[in-house]
Amino acid sequence: MLSDTDGGVDARRHPEEPDAVPEPPRHPEEPDAVPEPPVLEAADVTMHFTVRGGLGRTSTVKALEHASLRLRRGRIVALVGESGSGKTTLARLFALMYTPTSGEIRLRGEPVGPRRGRAAREYYSEVQMVFQDPFASLNSMHTVRHNLARALRIHGRAGRDDIEERMHALLERVSLTPTRDFIGKLPHELSGGQRQRVAIARALAVGPKVVLGDEPISMLDVSMRLDILNLLARLRDEEDLALLYITHDIAGARYLAEEIHVMYAGQMVEGGPTEEIIQNPQHPYTRLLLGASPDPARTLTPGGSSVFADVEDSGEPPNLTDPPPGCRFHPRCPFATDSCRRAFPARTELPTGQWVHCWLYPSGAST
Amino acid sequence: MPGDHGETPPTARGNTGETPPTAHGITGETPPTARGITGETLLDVRGLTVEYVSEQGSVRACDDVSFTVRRGEILGVAGESGSGKSTLITALTRLERPPAVTTAGEILFRPRGAAKPVDLVGLLERDLRKLRWRDMAIVLQSAMNALNPVMRLEAQFTDVLREHDCTLSRRTARERTAELLTLVGLTAGQANRYPHELSGGTRQRATIALALACGPDLVVMDEPTTAVDVVMQRQILANLLRLRERLAFAVVFVTHDLSLLVELADRIAIMYAGRIVEIGTAADLYHHPRHPYTEGLRASFPPLREPVRRLSGIPGSPPDLRDPPPGCAFHPRCPQRFAPCDSVLPVLGPVGDQQVACLLHTGGPTLGHARKERTDDALGH
Repeated sequence: MLSDTDGGVDARRHPEEPDAVPEPPRHPEEPDAVPEPPVLEAADVTMHFTVRGGLGRTSTVKALEHASLRLRRGRIVALVGESGSGKTTLARLFALMYTPTSGEIRLRGEPVGPRRGRAAREYYSEVQMVFQDPFASLNSMHTVRHNLARALRIHGRAGRDDIEERMHALLERVSLTPTRDFIGKLPHELSGGQRQRVAIARALAVGPKVVLGDEPISMLDVSMRLDILNLLARLRDEEDLALLYITHDIAGARYLAEEIHVMYAGQMVEGGPTEEIIQNPQHPYTRLLLGASPDPARTLTPGGSSVFADVEDSGEPPNLTDPPPGCRFHPRCPFATDSCRRAFPARTELPTGQWVHCWLYPSGAST
Repeated sequence: MPGDHGETPPTARGNTGETPPTAHGITGETPPTARGITGETLLDVRGLTVEYVSEQGSVRACDDVSFTVRRGEILGVAGESGSGKSTLITALTRLERPPAVTTAGEILFRPRGAAKPVDLVGLLERDLRKLRWRDMAIVLQSAMNALNPVMRLEAQFTDVLREHDCTLSRRTARERTAELLTLVGLTAGQANRYPHELSGGTRQRATIALALACGPDLVVMDEPTTAVDVVMQRQILANLLRLRERLAFAVVFVTHDLSLLVELADRIAIMYAGRIVEIGTAADLYHHPRHPYTEGLRASFPPLREPVRRLSGIPGSPPDLRDPPPGCAFHPRCPQRFAPCDSVLPVLGPVGDQQVACLLHTGGPTLGHARKERTDDALGH
């Protein structure tokens, strides 16, 4: 089992009990901490898909361009974007479902190529996925016991004598208690939130270092979503997991993650510490996204104006078989210049810890 | 559905109003009430009960639902899956299909020009046909399924327009279609497109334009923007609000997204297990939710910019309506429950400007001191 006895993690905890002192469910920033090496990393990955159209024509969907992302122990990174922004493609590259067109995925610094059989299993014993739809991701013909036992057995995490005990421990970790009530249930006998907990327990069964969550709460009922987010936060703190949290809901990303990365049409546009991105967004697309997200406090505070008042039609994301050249946001960007149409800007690091890919920021500051 | 002419000849015209059905509103003449909400009741739902009947017994998906919608008002209905909000929508529009049956209650609807309200519950299909599109329209979540996939948009618009004004020439219909599409921010050229050629957001705008084609007084919307991205959602809703100002139609807007409703709706009804547990203005519900469920739901949406604090959602899961808990259906999950909650069914009653169905606030006639003390405790924090 993983434990969080390593240095630096003691301070990072947040109360699980609802009546405990309110505190943001995230680590206090450690300004002087030397960043430890990433567990899992995407280094400049690009993914193009070839699709066969009618009449023998083929076209290329340019789903992801030069994306880099690092996942570290005990940290949650949120990947935010609309549908078609490439966030799921990136998660699938991390899960080795595709081979990148260029760039590489690195596990603890070692490039990971396409692999099968035992080598694949080795990788998946460290990197697990939690999918959006817990109705589809669990085998509906089998009980919770079967679903969990399979993961434990395939990865050799339990023998015949301790498997039952292991499964109860797993259910305990995802707060499905009393565990004996749940272990014999079929997925359809559980609520969406409970099913997602089983899916998370199954991911934890192999003792992973990294969990990739692809919109893990968006199919759940509103009142159960926070429970799952709090569970993920607890796993980060207690088990020192590196977590990738993919979402289209930037408010939820803020609640959970230490870092937010924003994607648009296959390009990473901005990233950095959560509060900087929320309170001080730099890229025009991040600003558009934040402006469009529901925020009742903005409308209802005295002097606040209806956010619907001055919404302009700002177009739609491009078709990725024929994306605009340069920065793909330029057709919708109010600040677009010729440079934006010519080339995608290099990364500019800002003093706040943010980085941004935008021609509005002098490339002199880039690294 | 456009393209579905059925056997009723399109000559059927309303017997209630003398205004030509498509003449008002969209032509740009400002209707008499520019802001819309005049206080006049457009829709008065009383004790509406909808059951799904099966051999194993019946399930009450909507139970004793009562509310009013005034002209030009946006009423938001929020609830989780299984709360009965979609059943409510289909019952309101009389689109329910067996095994759903409206077993009690009335839906009094008073369109413009009508001398007295009609009860939609008892209305014959023939009379409903006259009301649909012209007085009442619906926008569904999935625009792909709401539009006919093998017809160009223009043909579908023409169908709807002609259904209620058969004298409409082809050319006028085309002009009107173009006008409607521009109204929702599309181009006239998109009238020649098939639904599959359009993006999700564009399709949803087209269905909104279609709903407005005959200038209805009431547009019922069932999660209209759930399937589109947040930027497009904001554009569509901003547009909807502008059109509401101009055309003064009322909206019943159903969604699970309470934080969106708070920004959009004038008043909000919260549904739980088939019942309305609280109704009030958006601001009242946001600032002082009275029902513990409303409070929990509100606390289920993390803030976007306000300081983050630990939130906890609502423990447990929604009840199984085949076997609802006795008393208040929320009591097994309620952090503030007390003795009578598991036996006394709270009814919707006024608390300040809101209406709340909770024993903490309204109590029941049979309750004595226990309730009062508990209420003081609960309100004291």
